[in-house]
Amino acid sequence: MGYPVIKGVSYIIAHVPDLVRYGSKPTRERVKDPSLDQKIKLSLRSFDEAKNYPPHQVFIGNLKPEDLWNIKKPWFENLLPGSSRYSEWGEIMPQDEFYGLLKIADEFDLVYLTKEFSDRVKAKLIDHILFDAADMKRLGEGIDRDKVVQKVSAGALPLLDGDDLVGCIQDGHDEDDNLKADILLENLSCKASGILAIRRALRSHQQDPAAIDFIMNSGEEGVGDRYQRGAGNLAKAMAELSGCYNSTGVDIKAFCCAPVHSMVLAGSLIYSSIYNHVIVVGGGALAKLGMKMKGHLTNSIPIMEDVLAAFAVIVGPDDGYNPQIRLDVIGKHDVSTGSSQQAIYEALVKKPLDRLGMKIPEINKYSTELHNPEITEPAGSGNVPRNNYRMIAGLAVMQGQLKREEIDDFEKKYGMPGFSPTQGHVPSAVPYLGHAREAILKGELENVMFMGKGSLFLAKMTNLSDGISFIIEKNQGK
Amino acid sequence: MDLEDQGIIKGTVDEHGRENLMVVLGSPDAESAEIYAETVTTGDPTYAGPLAGVSLGLQVYHILEDEVKAEIDPVIYEQQIGMMEMVLDKEAISKSVKKIREG
Repeated sequence: MGYPVIKGVSYIIAHVPDLVRYGSKPTRERVKDPSLDQKIKLSLRSFDEAKNYPPHQVFIGNLKPEDLWNIKKPWFENLLPGSSRYSEWGEIMPQDEFYGLLKIADEFDLVYLTKEFSDRVKAKLIDHILFDAADMKRLGEGIDRDKVVQKVSAGALPLLDGDDLVGCIQDGHDEDDNLKADILLENLSCKASGILAIRRALRSHQQDPAAIDFIMNSGEEGVGDRYQRGAGNLAKAMAELSGCYNSTGVDIKAFCCAPVHSMVLAGSLIYSSIYNHVIVVGGGALAKLGMKMKGHLTNSIPIMEDVLAAFAVIVGPDDGYNPQIRLDVIGKHDVSTGSSQQAIYEALVKKPLDRLGMKIPEINKYSTELHNPEITEPAGSGNVPRNNYRMIAGLAVMQGQLKREEIDDFEKKYGMPGFSPTQGHVPSAVPYLGHAREAILKGELENVMFMGKGSLFLAKMTNLSDGISFIIEKNQGK
Repeated sequence: MDLEDQGIIKGTVDEHGRENLMVVLGSPDAESAEIYAETVTTGDPTYAGPLAGVSLGLQVYHILEDEVKAEIDPVIYEQQIGMMEMVLDKEAISKSVKKIREG
């Protein structure tokens, strides 16, 4: 059997400006500065502004990453009016529909929406291709607004749509911090956005949900309770509401390189014939909303971390058509690798290529951490993908595979501008997977390397970081 | 600079005294290096964190500056920093940090 293939990829964005206040950073800062609510409110984007934002159109696949080279910066001032919220393999969902999806994904009566709001959302979702009558039943009829007000007075977290109270989410346990409303909202947001991504992937690529054997969720939430924090498993919860009745799953944790780890594991499970079809999904990270808002507010630019982003990848057995994952040349950061950037890039890029007898410039494209620089630069975090490309170019120069004067052009030739929402795991290489699959199928590219890195040290259990890479290449056919 | 990091730096200065500390930056571009350098000398330029209005006046260098390089074993420097030295804009970074350091 040949190496497993990328059968299809989906990307979704949920524009949730009124959930920004519940991001980790805004939550902490709002306590210290009550005037922040108003400042945040004045810096939020409308749905059309988020929809027409060029990097978002690239993320869902309506534009190629390279198109951004030709769009004047700042991109938030050079919107693309009339852009579609849908793409062939993705969509940008407005907040009201996402609140409806939260309710649909809620198994424990945690979320309550008002009657009026439920009616409004139902009228929209009933026409959505990914929702059916069973979903409308789960959405329900809503409750009186007075009852929502009562629940909020009793401690439930309000769900706002602009200035309107349209619902709430309540605690799942009186004493368990892991089941408080704010944590449950994070978990449910990951679950809901993951479900949307899985449904979109299955629909867009005509994949029978019943044929999915296993789902791996690489999202950032550690769902669990007081006795087992981070116990899992959102993957199975997502499978349940995506029609994947013959599937089970696991959550994979490795900070931001969980998606790339999951891709390697998915390929391995298929190649070893344990499973036939596996989905790798990454749900959106509510905690990261407004993470760099201080930089945005200081520079009087919109808070661009007002979206949840999610993806789903269908990995299947070799079909002689779709791009294959080269499981024989996985790059990995070992304990002994060391923490210098140099050592990390040698482990992830040079070592696997050496095994193939290939040089760095023989890979057509490198997909690294694809954070949108417009979000990170005002916060002093620099242009993350550009720095990564310069690092790979530097490694190539040190190996005598590239001329020193070619470093500046490496990013344009072998890379791309960053376009991903800064949702931690989501920007980590996988946003290009859909574009890469398409480019390889069209014969525009032969191969692409994906590399993810993770800051394990943030959990204070080790000083190590992590990293892993894989290559996909054109299927030579059966 | 992250507000938590600002708090850690402030705490370290309180514990050890500013005269016993030096900050060595590793930021990848001149702009971010300047913000970090400013934060640990004249205070948080965004007026958001614990170092807002707090002038620590710490000595600050970037790892790419020649003064720092001269203090490190050349073999180790090449292994750990060589690639970064080649791909980052050493001149601009050094200039921006020096400007802050020398006021």
